Amino acid sequence: MMFDAEKIRKDFPILDVHVNGKRLVYLDNAATTQKPKRVIDALVKYYSEENSNVHRGVHFLSDKATTLYENSRKTIAEFINAGKPEELIFVRGTTEAINLVASSYGEVSVGTGDEVIVSHLEHHSNIVPWQILCERKGASLKVIPVNDSGELDIEAYRKLLSSRTKIVAVNQISNSLGTVNPVREIIRQAHDAGAVVLIDGAQAVQHSNVDVRELDADFYAFSGHKMYGPTGIGILYGKEKLLDSMPPYQGGGDMIKNVSFEKTTYNELPYKFEAGTPDISGAIVLSEAVKYIKEIGIENIAGHERELLEYGTSKLSEIDGFRLVGNAKEKASVISFLLDGIHPYDTGAILDKTGIAVRTGLHCTEPLMKRFGIPGTVRASIAMYNTKEEIDALVNGVIKAKKMLS
Amino acid sequence: MKNITEIENEIIEEFSFFDNWEEKYEYIIDFGKNLKPMDAAYKTDENKVAGCVSQVWLHSDYRDGRVTFEADSDAIITKGLVGLLVKVLSGQKPADVANAELAFIDKIGMKEHLSPTRSNGLVNMIKHMKRASAAYASISN
Repeated sequence: MMFDAEKIRKDFPILDVHVNGKRLVYLDNAATTQKPKRVIDALVKYYSEENSNVHRGVHFLSDKATTLYENSRKTIAEFINAGKPEELIFVRGTTEAINLVASSYGEVSVGTGDEVIVSHLEHHSNIVPWQILCERKGASLKVIPVNDSGELDIEAYRKLLSSRTKIVAVNQISNSLGTVNPVREIIRQAHDAGAVVLIDGAQAVQHSNVDVRELDADFYAFSGHKMYGPTGIGILYGKEKLLDSMPPYQGGGDMIKNVSFEKTTYNELPYKFEAGTPDISGAIVLSEAVKYIKEIGIENIAGHERELLEYGTSKLSEIDGFRLVGNAKEKASVISFLLDGIHPYDTGAILDKTGIAVRTGLHCTEPLMKRFGIPGTVRASIAMYNTKEEIDALVNGVIKAKKMLS
Repeated sequence: MKNITEIENEIIEEFSFFDNWEEKYEYIIDFGKNLKPMDAAYKTDENKVAGCVSQVWLHSDYRDGRVTFEADSDAIITKGLVGLLVKVLSGQKPADVANAELAFIDKIGMKEHLSPTRSNGLVNMIKHMKRASAAYASISN
C-alpha cells in the first residue's frame, strides 16, 4: 500500500480546526496525538450500546463489556508480541505503569545499598518514582550519561552495572530529543549483571515496531493517548514470572480472590494489579487505535515520519542561527531546536500565532536541559498525518519568528 | 499621577491603532527590549518567580504609601508584558494593586499569555505583585 498522508488526514476530524484564522498545523504529537474518527466513534458506541461494569454482573451487557475489555487486552498483547494477554496490565498511562513497578517490584527487589540505573535522557516520570524508591530503601540512583549529540554513553553504562544493580529503567525513544536508544543491548547487559529492565516505550510504540519478547524486556510501559488512543489508559507489560512475584500495588475490588478481616487472598494476573473499576471505555477503545495503526502499517508510518524528520531537519538547518538540539545517529520523529539568542518561549509564542502547535520548555526533562545548559527547547514532533506542506509551514514560521524576535 | 485604569486605557488606545497581531507583538517585543534593565542586585533567587518555560524576576518596594515594582524576564515577549504590568501597577496604592483586574491584557489581545498552560511565570508574577501589595496595604492600615 502506498502511504498517503492526505488520505490519512481525512480520518482525523480535528485536523480541520482553524487556529488564529489558519488551518491547524499540529506538531506536538510527542505530547499527545490526535484521534482518528474510528477511535472517537468507538468511544461513543461504547457508551451508547455497550457500557457496563466488567467482571461483575451475570447480565448481558456486563458479559459484553467484559468480552470487549479482554479482547482489547489480547489485541494489544499481539501488537507488542507479549507471550500472554495476562502479562498486560491496564493502567492510566506510562507514569502509573512506572510507579507501579517502582512501588511493587521495587518493594521486593531493592534493599539498602542497592542501585537503580536510569539515564540522563529520561522524562521526569522515569526518574522521580525511582528516586522515591531509593529514598525509601536506602538505595542509590545512578545515571547513564549522554554525549553532546544526545546519545547514551553505553561504555559508561557498562561500568555502572554491578551486582548491586537491581533495576535499569530507560526510554526506548527520548521524548525531548528523539534519540533512539539501543535498548536491546541495554537489556542484554543488565541481564548479564542480574538486573531487570523497565523500558519506557511512551514514544516508541507509535513510531516503531515493538516486540517485547525479542527485546527480552522485563517491563514495558506505554500510554494510549500518544498512540492515537484515548487519554487515561495505558499499558504495563511485565513478564509473568515477575508480575506473579510482586505484591499488589493498590487494594480494592476486582484484585482479590477472597476477603476476610483475618486474611485476604489476591486475584491472579492481570487482575491482581487492576484494583477498582478500570477505565473500561479507554481500554476497549485503545484496541481500536492499535487496529488502526496495524492497518496503516507501523513500517509505513515509520518510513513517512523518517522522511519528514529528514526533510524538516535539513530545511530548518538552512536557517541562520538554527541550532538542532540532539543529533543522534538514530532518531525518530522529534526536532528539538533553538534559535541563537532567542528564548524558546518567544519562538513558540510566534509559531502559535501562525497556527503552528509545538511544545516549548523543558519537556519534563529538566536534568537533560541542564546537561545542555539551555533553558529548554522548541520541539516539533511528527505523527503519521503530518505532511511536507506542514513542515514547510513550520520552516516559514521559524523564519518569521526569527525576523520578529532578532 | 494617573491611576491604574487611566494607564490601562492609554495602553488599550495605543494598541487600537494596530491592524494585526504582528504589529502588536512587535510593539511588545520592542517594549521588552527597551525596558530599563533590572538592577543585577535584585536578580536573586528570592525574587525569581518560577515558570516552566520562561522565568521572571520581580522586586517590590513600599514607600510613602505607594508600592513600586521592578521586573525582568529571560524571554523577550514575557519581558515586554512584564514591562507593561510594571507600567500599570508601579507607583500605585497597594490596595489598588491588590484589587486590580488588569482587563487591559485581554483587551490588547495578550490574554493567552496569562493561560496557566503557558507556564511563563506571568500568572505567578501577578499573584506575587498582588500578594506583596496586600501585605503592604495591611501594614499601612
